[in-house]
Amino acid sequence: MSESDQLEQKSSLKDQKVRTAYWRKNRRLICFLLAVWALVSYGFAILMPLRYEIGSLPANFWWAQQGSMYVFVVLIFVYAWRMDRIDHEFDVHEVESEEGS
Amino acid sequence: MTIALGLSEFTATELWTFTFVVLTFGAYLYIGYANRVRDTKGFYVAGQGVPAVFNGMATAADWMSAASFISMAGLISFMGYDGAVYLMGWTGGYVLLALLLAPYLRKFGQYTVPDFVGDRYDSQLARVVAAICAVFVSLTYVTGQMRGVGVVFSRFLGVSITWGVVIGMAIVAFFAVAGGMKGITWTQVAQYVVLIIAFLIPAVAISAKLTGNPIPQLSFTFSDITEKLNQIQIDLGFTEYTAPFQSKTQLDVLCIVLALMVGTAGLPHVIVRFYTVRSVRAARFSAGWALLFIAILYTTAPALAAFARYNLIDTLHDTPVDEARSMEWVASWEQTGLLTLDDKNGDGVLTLSPEAAENEILIDRDIIVLSTPEVAELAPWVIALVAAGGLAAALSTAAGLLLVISSSFAHDVYAKLIHPEASEEKRLLVGRMTIFGAVCVAGFFGIHPPGFVAEVVAFAFGLAAASFFPVILLGIFDKRTNRQGAVAGMVVGVVFTASYIIGNRFFGMAPFMFGISAQGIGTVGMLINLFTTLVVSRLTPPPPEEIQEMVENVRVPRGAGATRSH
Repeated sequence: MSESDQLEQKSSLKDQKVRTAYWRKNRRLICFLLAVWALVSYGFAILMPLRYEIGSLPANFWWAQQGSMYVFVVLIFVYAWRMDRIDHEFDVHEVESEEGS
Repeated sequence: MTIALGLSEFTATELWTFTFVVLTFGAYLYIGYANRVRDTKGFYVAGQGVPAVFNGMATAADWMSAASFISMAGLISFMGYDGAVYLMGWTGGYVLLALLLAPYLRKFGQYTVPDFVGDRYDSQLARVVAAICAVFVSLTYVTGQMRGVGVVFSRFLGVSITWGVVIGMAIVAFFAVAGGMKGITWTQVAQYVVLIIAFLIPAVAISAKLTGNPIPQLSFTFSDITEKLNQIQIDLGFTEYTAPFQSKTQLDVLCIVLALMVGTAGLPHVIVRFYTVRSVRAARFSAGWALLFIAILYTTAPALAAFARYNLIDTLHDTPVDEARSMEWVASWEQTGLLTLDDKNGDGVLTLSPEAAENEILIDRDIIVLSTPEVAELAPWVIALVAAGGLAAALSTAAGLLLVISSSFAHDVYAKLIHPEASEEKRLLVGRMTIFGAVCVAGFFGIHPPGFVAEVVAFAFGLAAASFFPVILLGIFDKRTNRQGAVAGMVVGVVFTASYIIGNRFFGMAPFMFGISAQGIGTVGMLINLFTTLVVSRLTPPPPEEIQEMVENVRVPRGAGATRSH
């Protein structure tokens, strides 16, 4: 059993509160990012008829064959980067020795 | 191999291809040998020591199959806007994976997807159902890869499809049996490099040739090629290339995209990649790297599709038959039967037309990518590189799938159920034996392929969407979900989706769910699974305290490294 595991047991009640708050914050971030994910792919590319052009391509076509994919990549990195900050904020991040890198 | 032809009969392209294939295969063999493993942890999850960027690269190679490399640009080329279902569907799932599944599964830290299902629902039945689903999905998928290997070998080396498949399988068998997940992962890193270079060089060349701008994504967006293509399509009686919903209804496009996205996130060979990284943090970033590496090819493919279509029409339409046949690539593709020229009205000139009775040019979609360098008159070594890239794409995906098939049997069924007290050596031996058995089965399907590459692959997605995704998602995000709900959900989801696809494809059943096609039905299967799981879970007792504690624990990153010391 690692040191962090023992600490977790000692302060399990406070720990429970922290975990609940951490999980709520995580879920809120996920909901926001998935809303963007759905908007660009299902919204801009498929469901909303857009009348403008991007470059020389119709906007729906550009979002379907180019734009949505760029946004997907950005969304994942934003999540990874934000969660890194949130992990530290709630002190639930992995400690150096166990991360191994 | 049939070198009985005599060396003098080889063309420059064949010599280059032979050289590239020998060089790349040699590299894969060496990497597999250098990374051979001695324990099950190395064999199934590469010792959980793969850095995020390299895991991203390996995931990308694992992900981009023969279908992505060979067939996808061709499909888009024929489907226009509607081809976007594959682009968005096969990339958007990584967002779901990164946000909803990968970090928690890494924290959970076992070897396989059935491991999670079995432990979370504390049920050997759920474990076995999940293992059967994993084998079924992966087998469906692997058949497409072997057909891809066969196509490349037969076209570029003049070897029969059977021998091509046998050579491919021998290579995969070597590095997968010796190196397990570790050997596969590092081989896939090399395969990613080969396949992305092979895909980009012809795309950049044709982009520069047609538009003067070498970056395909930019020239696709800003040049006038697509406008010209739209105009040509209208002149010939087709609809505009960029017009949506020509081959599918809007609802069907929506359902296919969602089914492919959710299916991606539920595919066992993709999920298992996130067990191989060092930490929860690395799992999140690794998904980002994976999608970045995938998007390099996926944003190039639609540009290539439009350019290749424009170039093909420009080259062949209104061209005298004799002149067309004198082009070397036309002659060689006609021999394979994938390109057919037929001067139906006898005027000596080729006509492309949407009417089957008048159309004189028949192009198989699988040749768009493979023929582009030849059509664009690039050097023989580029053509050879594309062949090596196609093989890298097919082999890397096959290897990842074979490992899932092997682990589902050797780890989830043999080591956990049949013989739990088996020694480490015994488990490793059974793992190696099943991977070898799986190679033979995949080889058989490669020689006797059941259908089109991309089509077959799409079925695997529907089944993954309807089985794994809901069960894992609810396993993490809904503590109330219990064993009864999960098993009921998986069974109902898979039975519904499988019977709809089989009924529609093999027994001529008309699509009845508002005209949703077999490809999109996984979306409905997933919703049925989610609904069934939620309802059944709430009608039956909640999961025991220790399971709820486990879910709590999976939700926070700290302690992920601890699982490594078990």
